[in-house]
Amino acid sequence: MTDLSIKQSALAVFFGQLGRHAMRGIEQLGDGTMLGLNALTLIFRRPWQGKHFVLQMQALGVGSLVIIVITGAFTGMVLALQGYYTLAKFGSESLLGAGVGMSIIRELGPVLGAFMIIGRAGSSITAEIGIMRVTEQTDALEMMAVNPKQRILLPRIVAVTLAVPLLVSLFDVVGIGSGYIVGVELLGVNPGAYMGELIAKITMHDIYGGWVKTVVFGFMIGMICTYMGYRSEPTTEGVARATTQAVVVASVGVLIVDYILTSFFL
Amino acid sequence: MIRGEQLSKSYDNVTALAPTDIHVREGKITAIMGGSGSGKTTLLRLLAGLDKPGSGHVWYGDEDLCAITDRRLYELRQSMGMLFQYSALLNSLNVYDNVAFPLHEHTDLDETVIHTMVSMKLEQVGLRGFEEMMPSELSGGMAKRVAFARAMSMDPKIVFFDEPTSGLDPISSGVISTLIQNTAQKNHMTSIVVTHDVQAGLAIADHVILLWQGRIIAKGPPDAIRESDDARVQQFLEGRPDGPIPFSRSTTSYIDDLTHRPGTVRLES
Repeated sequence: MTDLSIKQSALAVFFGQLGRHAMRGIEQLGDGTMLGLNALTLIFRRPWQGKHFVLQMQALGVGSLVIIVITGAFTGMVLALQGYYTLAKFGSESLLGAGVGMSIIRELGPVLGAFMIIGRAGSSITAEIGIMRVTEQTDALEMMAVNPKQRILLPRIVAVTLAVPLLVSLFDVVGIGSGYIVGVELLGVNPGAYMGELIAKITMHDIYGGWVKTVVFGFMIGMICTYMGYRSEPTTEGVARATTQAVVVASVGVLIVDYILTSFFL
Repeated sequence: MIRGEQLSKSYDNVTALAPTDIHVREGKITAIMGGSGSGKTTLLRLLAGLDKPGSGHVWYGDEDLCAITDRRLYELRQSMGMLFQYSALLNSLNVYDNVAFPLHEHTDLDETVIHTMVSMKLEQVGLRGFEEMMPSELSGGMAKRVAFARAMSMDPKIVFFDEPTSGLDPISSGVISTLIQNTAQKNHMTSIVVTHDVQAGLAIADHVILLWQGRIIAKGPPDAIRESDDARVQQFLEGRPDGPIPFSRSTTSYIDDLTHRPGTVRLES
């Protein structure tokens, strides 16, 4: 074989594998969308899943409160430190409140909040559903005439979609509050200036933009994590792989969609 | 009552079940037996509508399970029960809630009535008093008995049993076999039992189907199966390692594998 033909065959193998991965990705995207939409259409069908939705809100939402508060607090604190250091060079320390608030509401709150919820709640959704598959609990539900898409997938998708905006709102409040403590109490920024600039510079457009992001992220996390669990290979290794994939795909998805949404809301 | 017509199933181009016709008699116990990988569970899952066949039809009376809507399938399943190989209890619910689950889902019965019904089912399997225990706290035999009680909670017309005695001690195994037999007789229930436990299968079944490599190699009443002159049937019943059914599934020669591996020293004669 000549050098040229070796290179050509290596390229053919590379592109062949790339194509197969792309096809698999598109296939999964289609399958996941169909599965999620199929589950969502069952929202209007009896029996209502209200009780299960509340239980999921408690497990996924309330269960993520602590991690959200801690992450929000330290994000606000570090933003205040970094922001003060930068703004002080231009004599604009009074803009600290606006800088912290805008960064958190528009960007860091939705994205970091989503990451935390993926790690805390998303991974547990995938693992729980995967284990139900391994132990044939989903089949048992089927045989007891209970649709697992309606009972298992639907309440989780709806719960995460609603929990993310609520948790991120908390993240924003805690982040801005902790930024205030560091900026005003530790670094000596004027409290009136911090709050005044915060209120003056942040518009409803910023808040709506952040809110839309959180709803989209929540829906995405719900769809991806339930899909990965439901379609996981019914083995312990399969569930572990599905959980890792769910976290990776949801996190990368959040970043990609964040860019697209930011470009719309700027 | 249940009829499989030219049912087949393949996974990744490997045939799990070759086109098969099967007729399950109403009110009788049909045992589907065969070695590991012979297609028993595949056939059971197709008959229960848990998997779609590659080809063929499953008839429940005059309804084709492969052609009906999901809603109709769930309606039909309210008259079915299934005992899974590993029990498949809902691990977030205790014993009481597991057994009461189908009743809570599909009836408007008062909780006191449900409580009485659950107590009756648990008494039947000898586990009354264990209502508060979680599935993780139960032994394998207890979990199977709870799963049995759950499968029976709606007094189904058809019950599927997937390896009901596997992994159980002889006493628990005997208890489950007796429960299947007694319940089927008392309730005139159609039972389909998948098992590789020859003694249990032949003891409780009215009709036996023996599978090998995804095909039916014998069917009939237990006595006819016992007296079959098919060497494969006799090998399976007697559990002999030697015979037409090979124990080894290796696809290549062992000697070739050992002597032709890279780095292997060859001894020249």
